[in-house]
This record gives sequence, structure tokens and C-alpha cells, in this order.
Amino acid sequence: MNDEAELLPGTLDLLILKAVSLGPLHGYAVLSRIEQISGRTLFVEQGALYPALFRLVRQGLLKTEWGKSENNRRAKFYELTAAGRKRLREETDGWNRLVAAITSALSAKPQQA
Amino acid sequence: MAYLKSLRARFLRRTQTELELEDELQSHIQMRAGELQRIGLTQKEAQRRARLEFGSPERFKEECRETIAGNLIDTLVQDTRFSLRMFRKSPGFTAVVVLTMALGIGATTAVFSVIDATLLHSLPYRHPNQLVQIVDDLPGVGARDVGISVPEWNDLQNSGIFEYVSPIGGGDVNLTGSSQPARIAFLNVPPNYFALLGVQPELGHSFNPEDKTPGFTLEVLISDGLWRRAFGADAQILGKSLRLDNDLYRIIGVMPPNFHDPLRTARQRNTELWAASGFSAPPAPDPVRNLRFLTEAIGRLKTGLTIAEAQSRLDALVAALQKQFPADYPAKSRWAIRLIPLKDSVLGNVHDSLIFLFGAVGLVLLIGCVNVANLLLARANARAREMAIRRALGGSRRRLAQQLLTESVLLSLIGGTAGLVILFGAKDFLLRLVPESLPQLNAISISWSVLLFAFLVSLLAGGIFGLAPALQGRRPNLASMLKLEGRGSTSSKEQGRTRRLLVISEFALSLILMISAGLLLRSFYDLLNVRPGFEPHHTIAVRTWLPVPNDPKTDIYGSPAQEAPLLREILRRAKTFAGIDEAAVGNVAAVPLAHDRNNLNPFPLIVEGHETPRDQAPVVYSSVVTPEYFHLMQIPLLRGRSFADSDDDQAPPVVTINEEMAKTFWPDGNSIGQRIKLPVAGVPGAFAWNTIIGVVANVRTESLAQASAPQFYFSAYQRRPRDLAIFLRGRFDRATIEAKLREQVQSIDRELPVFGAQTLDDAVSESLTQRRFSMEMVGLFALIALLLAAIGIYGVISYIVSERTHEFGIRLALGAERKNILRIVLRSGLRLAIAGAAIGLVVAVAVSRFMATFLFGVPAIDLLTFTGVTLLFITVALVACYLPALRATKVDPIVALRDL
Repeated sequence: MNDEAELLPGTLDLLILKAVSLGPLHGYAVLSRIEQISGRTLFVEQGALYPALFRLVRQGLLKTEWGKSENNRRAKFYELTAAGRKRLREETDGWNRLVAAITSALSAKPQQA
Repeated sequence: MAYLKSLRARFLRRTQTELELEDELQSHIQMRAGELQRIGLTQKEAQRRARLEFGSPERFKEECRETIAGNLIDTLVQDTRFSLRMFRKSPGFTAVVVLTMALGIGATTAVFSVIDATLLHSLPYRHPNQLVQIVDDLPGVGARDVGISVPEWNDLQNSGIFEYVSPIGGGDVNLTGSSQPARIAFLNVPPNYFALLGVQPELGHSFNPEDKTPGFTLEVLISDGLWRRAFGADAQILGKSLRLDNDLYRIIGVMPPNFHDPLRTARQRNTELWAASGFSAPPAPDPVRNLRFLTEAIGRLKTGLTIAEAQSRLDALVAALQKQFPADYPAKSRWAIRLIPLKDSVLGNVHDSLIFLFGAVGLVLLIGCVNVANLLLARANARAREMAIRRALGGSRRRLAQQLLTESVLLSLIGGTAGLVILFGAKDFLLRLVPESLPQLNAISISWSVLLFAFLVSLLAGGIFGLAPALQGRRPNLASMLKLEGRGSTSSKEQGRTRRLLVISEFALSLILMISAGLLLRSFYDLLNVRPGFEPHHTIAVRTWLPVPNDPKTDIYGSPAQEAPLLREILRRAKTFAGIDEAAVGNVAAVPLAHDRNNLNPFPLIVEGHETPRDQAPVVYSSVVTPEYFHLMQIPLLRGRSFADSDDDQAPPVVTINEEMAKTFWPDGNSIGQRIKLPVAGVPGAFAWNTIIGVVANVRTESLAQASAPQFYFSAYQRRPRDLAIFLRGRFDRATIEAKLREQVQSIDRELPVFGAQTLDDAVSESLTQRRFSMEMVGLFALIALLLAAIGIYGVISYIVSERTHEFGIRLALGAERKNILRIVLRSGLRLAIAGAAIGLVVAVAVSRFMATFLFGVPAIDLLTFTGVTLLFITVALVACYLPALRATKVDPIVALRDL
């Protein structure tokens, strides 16, 4: 349990966009992909995924299509739109800046007064 | 609207979406179960585990639904909640903004409520757009609104243009029979009057519009107020009689309390009794075509007729009548009839003043908005880090702008609500400020439309002042924003520029208001200093009225010889009052500044030797006075002699004229001894030559703003004035003088009412109420504007100072003197003020042109006002800058540098 990181609020959307950017996925596969690409450190509560997916679809970042899963089950597939791709880029940049800023802030040494 | 549509569409598709959602969640659980089975669980166990891991599908479905349908509303609720939390966290800021908006929106709404009650509502009668005022002009002899004659009235009735035509006469009448004879305002109307307006009494019925009685029908309607006051709201009032000027009338109905006649003056609108007559039998004169004694007439156009169509048909009728009666309508006088929409004639010039006021108060609101925008910008700066963090955590720019806008609109709405609450609280006080002369077609109230207006204005204002910070938040540079600690000043260049621009525009706007107020103030001051031509101090006029019975034979004051003893006796007794130095009697027209148009008594001027036909002669106005009048009023006699006690009905008829009349008609200066032809009092149809015996100085009788018109005076003992004013000069007790005089007058004739005591100082002051109202309102708005502008510049200068603290610290450390720092700061403030003043001056020059009609004696571009106000303005700006500047000089260089 200790090596599982807690998901920061707001980051789930970013992770979903990233997961889907590698190819169309259905909901369950999105979860597995996130686990896989995060080196099995990030776990998403299964049900919580769907409101996030819905939101991204409504924002026009994802588009959906019904299709067949690998074991022939009917499933809804999610795919990045152009806007979604752009958003992913922006959010990635923003995230990197944030991390850099926070890292530098945390690594600051106590000042000599 | 579009949002509602999409919402509905979503509801229709809802079941479809719902099914798909169910499908998708189930499929997820099945996939998970399949996987669990593959790693060795039993099917049953795998299913159970999969469901357990997934959590409650219903909860997630609900969350999805919220994302789909309630998005906007949800975020709004969320933003509102967040905003309220923010307000609680900075109560000072919130209070300032709410107060500013409360002032601005409250004042705007107050002015709007007046506009709503007057300009925006139609007249409260049936199909008000068909109602017109009918005005006769004789442009050939320079006479306007000369009234119509009874034959002309009949012609109009039968023209097919009007459904009804009603002349309206009236004035005051003595209501006797109760304990104290009362003087009430009554209207003399034809029986079709109420049918024309389309209103019904609350009790009983109105006149039968087809009644053809030539004289008074002896039926009256009374107002709700009179019914309650004089008759104790007697439910059995119908059919009872009352005595008016000696004649008995039967009450047939009571009008509802909110009924007002469509007439201009407050007095006319407060009519308490309506008597119907056909205007064709005594006491009305013989119905002669060129005797235009019906001073006012209104009409209802036939259904479907526009005013323009009616006017063109009327022009044809006028042409035909002129051909038919060439003797009555000489070509030279160019008789014409004009139709004016009744609403326009009732509102008169009020329209312009109200729009002007509305513009002024709108400017105040705008300045308030600019101020708040400035405050919000300053705060946006302080909140820059908060915004950056929220962006970093995934808030989209639009989302944050939306949040900021929600905050602004919410602030504005709270301000608007506070404004309305203040308005409700101060309602009675504010209504007292509204001049009585303002025609209130409908009672001024905080109606639904006023509430709606306040709401929309709040939304709009919030949108306006919220835009600046929302736009400012466009491009926060996340990394630099987060790196900065404590010091919140970033991207300040752009922001500083915006804030300076806001202050400049704020200054320009308030300068415009200040200059308008300055011009009005100067006009008012000039008016107060106008020499009215009479001495208003220590003088009072008390009114009485000699009744006019319908049958001339029963009139005990029917001739000058019958009335003169009464006048002499009143004078004799009045002079015995302690403290009274002088007394005089005149008719109401002799009371300066206090009469309405009906009391003016116009006469065509026919000079002996140059006799012009009656209806081609120029019109001059007259009043009736006893010999003491001119001395009491201190109106100097310029030439000839004044009236004497002996100028009575036994002596040859004489008049005195004012200087204006002498100058206009006898420019060579020998008016004395000329004779003019005037009707004989008490003898219908008879005329006599009246000798001009003296010329007196001009008096501003109409209004202080108007120079005197040609005017002459009759000797009271040669006329028989009915509407009397008793003038007293000396030291008197304002509270008891009327009762004292009443006691004396009624001991001579106990049927005479004594009422309406008014000092001439009050008459002067009342004649200025509308101007005073405009001036005070605009002055108040201008003061608020100045205050807001001062706060605005104070804020910006403080901001500049805090921004440059380090710089000042370095300067001081390097040896700059404190007064240099002071000068730097003051100079930057002065630059803003001068830029604002320059723009404001340019706009004010353009605006002041439109103000010409509200001004008196002051040119629209008055140098004194313009420079004076501008100087005052810049002084205030400097004072507002001084405090932050002082703070700048107190910077401790060590502290400032350490913070760097």
C-alpha cells in the first residue's frame, strides 16, 4: 500500500488524456493503462473514472464510439479529439512547470539571516 | 435561451444516455469479473469482488448526470458559495464595493421609479393613445392657445373626427353647508367628460354623455378625498345635495382615489368636484363664435384614426369654417387648431428634466463601476497567487474568469439589494423631495418594473466592473507567479496602465457632472438675485372667493357698486390688525408667481384711433387691484398717477399699464391719456373706453426666469373681482394671521371662505421648486461623483507608492530628500487628474449645449464655472494623493531594501 501515491485532485483528467492519447480505449482499458504507465503506483477508484470521462467528452476533449472489446464484449471506446490533444500538451507543460516550481521551492535551504 | 434549449434536448435524450451509461458500467464490471476469474476466482466470487471494487454504480451515474445536465447551474451555485466565502474573508473590501454599488444603483433606481411613473406609463385612461389636447392658435396676431368657443366646440363634436370633445373649465368653488365654508377645486366639464376618459366612479354613476342640458345639470361627482373628509365616507351619499356658491347640486357619484384629471398643474390635478354643464346658458356667456372662453379642451379620436390623419381632416374643417364665417375668422389672424397627444401636453417639459437627471445619475453609477473595477484590479493583484495555484490544479482560464465574473455580479446584486433596501427605508423622505409640480400620472412606487430595472442594472453593472479583472486574469504566468513569494506585484505594467486609464475616465466623468451641477447652481443663484420688481419680504397674500350663483339675479356681488363696500370694509378691518402697516386687495392674478394660466385674464388690445378687430388684436394680460397695491408691493410708479379711491364705477374707467406694455405699444412714450377698449364688468356684451392714467415698473409675475410681458391693471372698484387676494404688509404671525382675517371677513359675510395664506417669500421660493429639485439632485450626484473619483485616485496612488517602495527606499538611501519623493508621487497623481480633466472638459463643452434649456442667465460654456470647477477638482485630487505620498516619504530605506 505504501508505494501507491495518492492522486492529486485535478490530475485524473490529465492521466486519462494521456492514457487515451496512445490509442482508443474503453473505460476498463483506460484504468489498466493508467496503472500500467504509472508503473502500478497510481490507482484510480474504478467507478470514479466514469464521471471524469463524461466530463471530458462534454468538454469536447474526447469522442466516443461503440465497438467490440478484445473478448467480443460490446464497449464504448474513447479517443482524443484535436482539442483534447492540444489540452494534453498544455496541461503537461503546466504540470511540468508546477513540479519544477514546487521542487525548487521544497529544495530551498534555510536562509542565513 | 440557447442553454434552455440544449437542456431540454438533453432531457429528451436522457433515457438513451441513461441506458448507454448502464450498459457501459455493467460492461466494465463484467470485464473486471472476467479478469478476476482468469486469475483463479470462482465466477460467483469474481462477480462479487468486481462489484465491490467498482463501488456504487448509482453514485457514479448520478455524478455523470450532474456533469451532463446541471453543469452551468451547478458551477454557478458552487461559484456563488465560493464567492460568499471570499466576501466573508475580506469584509472591508466587500463593504466598500457593496456601499458604492448600493449608492449608485439605489440612486439610479430612484430616478427610474419617477421616470417609470411618468414617462413610461401611458395615461391611466381607456385607450390613452386616442386622447388629444385641442389647442386653438391665432398665429397671425401672435396668440397661442387662445381657447375655443361654444360653436367651435359643437363643430368639433360633429366633425366625425372625434368620439367626444370636452372643454374643461374650472377653478375654485365655495362648498357651504358644513360648519366652515370650504374652498374646493372644481372642474366644469361637459357631461361626456368621463365617457371620453373612459373611467367609472367607485360609487354611483357618472354623467350621461348624451345629456344636452345647456347650463349646469345640477349633478356633481365628488372625489374620494372630499367624500371622506366632508361626508365621513357616507355610504348613502348618492342623491344627497350640497351647496356650491349658493346653488344646490345633487351628488351622483364618487370618483376612485387614484383618479386624476389629465391636466398640468398640481392644483388642477387635485380636483375634488366635477360639475357638468353644456356651457351654453348662464352663467356661461352667449354662445358666440368668436368668444373663446373655453380655455382648455381635450378630445378622444374616433377609433382607428391616427393623430396625423385627424390633424389633416381638422385642417380641412378649419378651412371650410373660415370660408363659411369670414367675419369671425379674418384671414389675417390665421386661425388654426392643433392636436397634441394628451400625454405630451400633461408632461410638458418634465420629459427633458427627467432624462437629464437620469443621465446624471447614470454617470454616477458608471463612476461607481469604474471605482469598483479599480478596487477589483487591486485585489486581483493580491489574489494572483491564488489564481495561479488554481490554474495549476486544473482550473481552466474560462472557469476562473467565470468565477471572477460571478463574484462581481454577486457583489453588484448585493449592492443593488442594499440600494433597494435603503430606497424602501427612505421612500417617504425621498418622495417629499419630488416637487409637487411634477405630474404624477401614476403614483411613484417601487413597482415590479422598477425592481426588474434594479436587477438588470445590477447585472449590467456587475458585468461592467467585473470585466476588467476577468480579462486581466487572462495570462497569468504560472511559473513566475508561483515562484514569487509574498510580493504580489507581477504583470503589473499592464495592470497599472488599466488602472490609470480607469482613474482618468473616472475623473473625466465626474468633471462633467461637476460642471453641470456648477452651471445649474449658478443659474439658481442668478435667479435668486433677479430683481422681481416687487418686495416679497414681510408680505402675505390670503385668498377668498366671492361665489358666482348660476342665476345672475341672485348674485349679491354682481356689480362693482355691490362689491366695492365689501372690499373697503375688508381693507378697513385689516388695517386695524396689530403690526400691519399696509393692506390691499387684488385678484389672484395680482399675486406674483403664484397663479396658473387660467387666472391670467387675457384681453385683446384695441387702442382708440387704431381700432383693430377683436380677434386680430394682440393679447395683453391683466390683473385687478385696489389703489394701495402698488405702494404695498413697492412697485414704483414711473409716469402719470396711480389709482385713487375715487376710481369707482361712478368715475370714468381707468387702467395703469406696466413699462413693457408702454414700450411695446407706445414706443414714442406718450401712453398716458390713450384709451383702450375693454369689456364692462357685470354687463355682458358691453364695452367701454378705459383711459391709461399711469405707467408702473415691470414685475416678474409669471416666473423669475421670464422677463415681464405687456400687462395692465384695473381698478378693483371698477371691476368685480371674484377670486380675491388680500395683501398685508407688516409684522404678522404667520400661524394665526389667516384665522384672524377669516374671523373679520366672515363677520362681514359668513359665506366667504378665507384660505391659501402664502407669504410672497414663499411664493418666490415655491416658484423655484422644480429648478431647486434639479439643482439639488445634480449637485448631490456631482458630490458623490467627486468623492468616488477622490477615492479612486487615492487607491491608484497608494498602489503606485506600494509598487515603488523599493525604488523610493533606494532613492532615500542614496540621499534623496523626502520632499523630492513627495513631489514625484504628487506629480504622478496630478498627471492623472489633468488628463482626466482635459477629457472631461472637452466632453462637458459638448454636453453643456444640451443644458441650455435648464440654465438661466449663464452661458452654456461659462468660463467661471468651467475653470472654477476644474481647479476645485484638481485640488481635491492633490489632497487625495497627499496621504499616500506622505506614506512614500516615510519609507524606511533599510526595511525597503531588505525586502528586495
